[in-house]
Amino acid sequence: MSKDGPVLAADGRPLKHSLRRALRAEKMRALALIAPLLIFILITFIAPIGSMLFRSVENEIVPDTLPRATKALQGWDQSAGIPPDEDIFAAMAYDLVIAAERKLHTRLGTRLNYEYTGISSIFRKTGRRVDDFGEAYQDALTGLNPAWKSPGTWVSLMTAPDERARPGAAAELLPETSDLYQSFARLVRDEGDDLSEERPWAPVYAALVRDLRQTDQAVLESYSGPQAALLSEAKAALPDFPVTTFREEFLTADEGWADPQVWATIQAFSGDYTSGYFLNSVDLRKTPDGVAPQPEDERIYIMLFKRTLIMSMIIMGSCVLLGYPIAYLLSNLPLRTSNLLLILVLLPFWTSLLVRTSSWKVLLQQQGVINDVLVWSGLISDAGRLVMINNQTGTIIAMTHILLPFMILPLYSVMKTIPPTYVRAAKSLGATNWTAFWRVYFPQSVPGIGAGCILVFILAIGYYITPELVGGTKGVFISNRIAYHISSSLNWGLAAALGSILLAAVLILYWVYDRLVGIDNVSLG
Amino acid sequence: MELPPYATLGQRIWHYGFKLLCGLIFFFLIAPILVIIPLSFNAENFFTFTPGMLALDADAYSLKHYQDFFTNPDWQQALRNSLRIAPVATLLAVSLGTLAAIGLSQPHVPFRRAIMAILISPMIVPLIISAAGMYFFYSDIRLQGTYLGVVLAHAALGIPFVIITVTATLVGFDHSLTRASASLGADPVTTFFKVQMPLILPGVISGALFAFITSFDEVVVVLFVGSANQQTLPWQMFTGLREQISPTILAVATLLVVISIALLTMVEVLRRRSEKLRGMSPG
Repeated sequence: MSKDGPVLAADGRPLKHSLRRALRAEKMRALALIAPLLIFILITFIAPIGSMLFRSVENEIVPDTLPRATKALQGWDQSAGIPPDEDIFAAMAYDLVIAAERKLHTRLGTRLNYEYTGISSIFRKTGRRVDDFGEAYQDALTGLNPAWKSPGTWVSLMTAPDERARPGAAAELLPETSDLYQSFARLVRDEGDDLSEERPWAPVYAALVRDLRQTDQAVLESYSGPQAALLSEAKAALPDFPVTTFREEFLTADEGWADPQVWATIQAFSGDYTSGYFLNSVDLRKTPDGVAPQPEDERIYIMLFKRTLIMSMIIMGSCVLLGYPIAYLLSNLPLRTSNLLLILVLLPFWTSLLVRTSSWKVLLQQQGVINDVLVWSGLISDAGRLVMINNQTGTIIAMTHILLPFMILPLYSVMKTIPPTYVRAAKSLGATNWTAFWRVYFPQSVPGIGAGCILVFILAIGYYITPELVGGTKGVFISNRIAYHISSSLNWGLAAALGSILLAAVLILYWVYDRLVGIDNVSLG
Repeated sequence: MELPPYATLGQRIWHYGFKLLCGLIFFFLIAPILVIIPLSFNAENFFTFTPGMLALDADAYSLKHYQDFFTNPDWQQALRNSLRIAPVATLLAVSLGTLAAIGLSQPHVPFRRAIMAILISPMIVPLIISAAGMYFFYSDIRLQGTYLGVVLAHAALGIPFVIITVTATLVGFDHSLTRASASLGADPVTTFFKVQMPLILPGVISGALFAFITSFDEVVVVLFVGSANQQTLPWQMFTGLREQISPTILAVATLLVVISIALLTMVEVLRRRSEKLRGMSPG
């Protein structure tokens, strides 16, 4: 072997190579063992969290339900303060008639109602009548020629003869009618009905009249596709038709459409994504003129976030006050005794959360054990029973009890490692008991306090069950509001945004915790 | 904590004062859990001690709330659901978790910290956020309101506990044992089942107990991911506490306390056994 050549392994390959290969194989094996769980967690847990984050900005319902109107509104200048023109009303009518048939308009109304109160009822009322919009034209056309009554006329006019799902030759000539008719046809097919037996809605007739008005006589004459004669006849009769506009129909259905704010709101929320939910969660709202504070009586989230933080801090503080002496006692007792006493800490830790919450509910009631004892001992009168439940006091007492083990355990594990010799040295140098504790022992226990505080704080700000059961209305946290929006108000976007903010707070705290103690060092008793 | 014989009066007061304070805090920790046990035997539908109970009158005590629990179809259905969900979720969490913990304890794992963070995350994220996310996502993939959905959700919540307990036992694991086994001609599978598994078994079992109790006690996620057909014991307790609080809840709570004590004892025994097996304590 030459002196400068690479060191070779037994099989003649360079040793470095073989080692690298072995290392790679080892890494692969480790990853193969981890992969099933990683995939499992990614699907069952990380994807849901991602879906929540996505929902907090997602706004597809507006552009999806109102594709024509949102597009038409792009060019509208809301600052003029007047409702948009007839074209936009027409686009809205087409979108709404489809949405109403698919029963999507109420959901959309609910969505937009979060942004501008009153829209929900406008959409509901209009949705009931929108399939009659343009009835005057329908009557005029069918009066002119009964062929317009027949669904077959429409099928031959609007669809390709060989492929009924495709638009026919008249699509270019009658763009709006064709577009709307295609949506109509898709809906009929989705419901499993036969297109040749379904008469289009009135707005389709109105669209046809609008299209015919736009079309040049010359272009119409050059059209030779199906029903050309019928179209020419209609075009010729147009001047005799009654003149109605979608605008009038909308205003008859609901006055609200005259309010430019309604249109401006739709315009402001016509994107696929919105910051609206996040703004709502900090008591702001997105208005057509920019970001503005919520009306006075709707500002609750900042207050709730503040309350969550303040109460979590109070709970954290009371946990330190109660946990520190216990941890100190446990770490200074002989192992046998301390292990025995530790069971008293671990038992609550292991007991079901609901058991502990229900016992507090029972204890704190006005007719409960604590009040009974106080009355019996004469400390309070029977009439003066303390109100300790369904308010902040109840939440703080119960949660302090529930989270106390999470403070004691990290404190204890830190205090166990503090050598008693330091305190003895301090005392032998003349320190009083207090000085020895405060100047020597306490500083060494600070990491334990830090770890316990962060842990308790993180757990506290995300708590749901206990505040819900003993907090009443004054003692609830932001998480209760999230649950309310998911299951009662159904404002999922806002729930997701509030959840995202809470998640961000927790993750930052955990990052600090990881820096301080390391996540892997979480001890489970 | 011994008081020296030369202690001054002030030191004595301080010493006993401190002990009294600790006693009171221990009382605060334990009393709320213990107090429901006698209350659950109340013959009346009250949530406080009746004069008869205080006088230790036998007629003031009864098992009627327990009887209600064992005969009421709602409670029995809830118990059945809990027992249908928790073991399956535990099995999933333990099998996947143990495998991954062994993988994580190998000396060379790329992206170890990131992987660990992802696997531990279900424990870190507040339950209400997990519940919200799962509700949205599982609705999209049609798992919301199904048995499978609840089992998957609970397995995900239990996994961090399995990972933590099993990796903790693997920290003390002597890898020369597997090498010795290999040098004696055992293949990796035999080595795993005959050498490694018996040694980490205590960790695996306590991980399983944690995963089980996580699922068995869990209420927030099941409230959102489950439907009426998956109503578990904690769910039933939650609705009971929120709407029409009935003393049967106290009987259920007492039974759950007994279960917790049993599980706590088991985990403690396992921990000692594991330390002994790995030679970490004289035992």
